[in-house]
Amino acid sequence: MIVPLEHILILAGLLFFLGMGGLLAWRANLIMMLVCIEVMLNAVMLVFVGGSARWGNADGQLFAIFIMALTSSEVSLALAMVVYLHRRKRTVDTDVFSEMKG
Amino acid sequence: MEQTIFYILAAVAVIATILAIGEKHPVHAILYLVTSLFSMAVIFYLLAAPLVAAFEVILYAGAIMVLFLFVIMMLDLGHPEQGLSPHWREWLPALLLSAVSIASLAAVIVSRHAASPFSAPPGLAIREVARRLFQEHGLAVELISLQLLFALVGALYLGKQPKKGNSK
Repeated sequence: MIVPLEHILILAGLLFFLGMGGLLAWRANLIMMLVCIEVMLNAVMLVFVGGSARWGNADGQLFAIFIMALTSSEVSLALAMVVYLHRRKRTVDTDVFSEMKG
Repeated sequence: MEQTIFYILAAVAVIATILAIGEKHPVHAILYLVTSLFSMAVIFYLLAAPLVAAFEVILYAGAIMVLFLFVIMMLDLGHPEQGLSPHWREWLPALLLSAVSIASLAAVIVSRHAASPFSAPPGLAIREVARRLFQEHGLAVELISLQLLFALVGALYLGKQPKKGNSK
């Protein structure tokens, strides 16, 4: 363990809240929203790996790997949906998709 | 030495993330994010998790970000730097909420006792990680594989071209 766990938690918290602020600010653009969700999930992975290094337990690394698999499936589905929506309305602006049937 | 590398990489990750979420063009944002992910991978390696570091480079920076780039370039968004970027008024609530959250996090950490390095537990071998993964979390591995299969089927269904004459 090279640095105290608190510093890892500070770094992860900074990254998570940066992603959260970006998600709130970019709420009109689907692709940038997905990018900000990636940042947040990456910060969560950092917390898991830091805990795994702190207590010498392998479960944290395993959950980081599970989060990675979850992220890959989420991104593939979400990007397929972005392509589908772009094919319908020719835009990625979320304000355009404000109706259920269109 | 490793502490210095950790702090440098942490600064690189945070600055690259700030640039990524402040960038108007999605392709530039993705490239900044790849920089951030590489520095995060080296941080994972420093935290005695070489398997996660390798997967971070291969899967995150290599596969997911390239998928983003493919989709952005395929969609032909026109000039994204002109429209769709958030107005400065849209940044205000986001900045406010992030500042409050970061301040509360800092208050929690400062109110604890001073941080001190401690004796390191023995490093985890990849053999130990793999044993835990496949012996105690075998069901989770199966569930993850099912989830990836469902994502594949769903992406294939959503990406299917509509039949001619059927589309609006």
